[in-house]
Amino acid sequence: MNGRKILAIALVLVLVAALLAGCSGNKGQQQGQNQQGQQQESKEKLKIGLVFDVGGRGDLSFNDSAYAGLERAAKEFADKIEVDYREPSAGGQDREQLLRLLAENGFDLIFGVGFLFTEHIQKVSQEFPDVKFALIDGAIDGLDENSNVACLLFKEHEGSFLVGAAAALKSKTGKIGFVGGMKSPLIERFEVGYMAGAKYINPNIEIYSDYIGTTGDAFKDPVKGKELALNQFKKGADVVYHASGASGVGVIEAAAAEKKFAIGVDSDQSLSASEAQRPYILTSMLKRVDVAVYETIKSLVEGNFKGGYKVFGLTEDGVGYAENDYNKELIADIKPKLEEIKEKIIKGEIKVPVDKNEYNEFLKNNFK
Amino acid sequence: MLVGELLASSLRMAVPILLTALGAVFTERSGVVNIGLEGMMIVGSFWGALGAYYYGPYFGLIIAMAAGMFMALIHAINTVTFRVDQVVSGVAINILAYGSTRFLSLAIFNMATTSPHVSGLPKINIPVLSGIEPLKPLVNDISPVIILALLLVPISSFVIHRTVFGLRLRSVGENPLAADTLGINVFKMKYAGVLLSGIFAGLSGAYLALEHTGMYVEGMTQGQGFIALAAMIFGNWEPKGALWASLLFGFSEALSFRVVEGGVVPYQFIKMIPYVLTLLVLTGVVKKSTGPAASGVPYERGLK
Repeated sequence: MNGRKILAIALVLVLVAALLAGCSGNKGQQQGQNQQGQQQESKEKLKIGLVFDVGGRGDLSFNDSAYAGLERAAKEFADKIEVDYREPSAGGQDREQLLRLLAENGFDLIFGVGFLFTEHIQKVSQEFPDVKFALIDGAIDGLDENSNVACLLFKEHEGSFLVGAAAALKSKTGKIGFVGGMKSPLIERFEVGYMAGAKYINPNIEIYSDYIGTTGDAFKDPVKGKELALNQFKKGADVVYHASGASGVGVIEAAAAEKKFAIGVDSDQSLSASEAQRPYILTSMLKRVDVAVYETIKSLVEGNFKGGYKVFGLTEDGVGYAENDYNKELIADIKPKLEEIKEKIIKGEIKVPVDKNEYNEFLKNNFK
Repeated sequence: MLVGELLASSLRMAVPILLTALGAVFTERSGVVNIGLEGMMIVGSFWGALGAYYYGPYFGLIIAMAAGMFMALIHAINTVTFRVDQVVSGVAINILAYGSTRFLSLAIFNMATTSPHVSGLPKINIPVLSGIEPLKPLVNDISPVIILALLLVPISSFVIHRTVFGLRLRSVGENPLAADTLGINVFKMKYAGVLLSGIFAGLSGAYLALEHTGMYVEGMTQGQGFIALAAMIFGNWEPKGALWASLLFGFSEALSFRVVEGGVVPYQFIKMIPYVLTLLVLTGVVKKSTGPAASGVPYERGLK
């Protein structure tokens, strides 16, 4: 009986230890106990914190792009800043606590990666007026230059317009597809931009469009991503664009299996794909979250951080399409056309729609 | 052609549910409720990818089953030896699975939520059948694990109903006191049932990571462990029942992929198809499902 008790206690200890280890899945950060010491230190170096979106670092897409910006800043301003990042729990319920934790620990600038942070940053930024916050992809109403929150927004529809044109130029069947993650106004921007770009090239093109789900989980469901993409390929599509975070792994896998094309999103996904998948990635819609993160940190280091809204579009090189060693030849024949369209968008000759209403108008104006 | 694709997609979606549900049949038949199956699938998907990344897909599958079995062992020690409430232990297993995979993923891959790319088993074509046109999507280029899962249905059924082991397993789940009186080692049988469920769930998780997507992504099981439990109950604690139930779930998922968003039906309703269908079937078709009498009750010698 005694032996059993000891075994039971030992097991409980192992469980607790494993849980604790799992919860604080961050690398070597001093916490609570030496908070004060840290705060004194921070007088010398600016402390930059970042909290990731669903999917976390390693999604080969959105979050990794943000991390790349953080890393670049950390390298370039190594003597002026120190950086740290947090991953929310699997369901993302602790977003707000993580923001608050960083704010309490004396961080000077805190990034929330993703529109799901909108409410939380709005709340926490009011509790900590001396801390600067940057919200990626989300807009909080009523900010100005003096606010402690900067909203970093992207014209995803412009970048998507370009890859939509690329898809239409490359499609042999006249059918292309789109797989979105969570059904939301943000992801719909990708969708309508893509559809408009494709229709701009080929008014008769047929576009299949599917979404994985209605919650944040839709950004980490590669199983459904693959099934949806497979279905579109089987219906005749030969290029499928995804805007679904880590679920896109499945879309690229489906393209490789069917020997058709996928278009990546946010990061240059040709680089992170496996050797076998690379020939089937036409290009990626780049959303330079890294540029936005880097520029924001730079402005803080140089002492001219401004609150309010910053929009990154084609003009600012905030979005675009990817060209790399793997797809160079693949897109060589369509590149001049894409560059031409890019110029037209920058000059304002093409007005890229941002939602379904504008899309319908776009079709009316262009093809009647 | 498109019907074939629909069925093939249903099968791919059904297999992870089926494998886990088969495991659930074993554990429930031995009288232990295991809601930690979801967690066992999670460790299966992670360890499967890990094993495949370093040593290839076969080793990945084996290590995934071992990892699932290890989690099941914890559940068995908790519930059989120490008679902890089975639901509580199952919940703890699920939390442990989430925490441990994220921790290990950071430690090993230096990424919290994904693994590097891994390759699965080579895809196979079933000879003879692969020549028949309407069947092509179903029998060409399919994962061997799908075939294994389908074969495991009659095998499990045989083991449960036609072998000494199966008889003992069932008797322990129905009336452990009577079984004990007859000299059956109740604890051993319960351990066997729980460990088997862990092996099945681990394999199911590895199927998702290796065979379906070629990568581990945190949360890729998407609650299928719980759906498998429903499939097991819906299938009346029988392997064959679990097969039909899983196929129904898989079919409704595959169907929801194919319903095109139209003006009339709002998008959210399309995504509800699998759940609505399940509710309808559960309330309309299944008349009465009765599980093993002693399921969920910890057994202690000398108690009446």
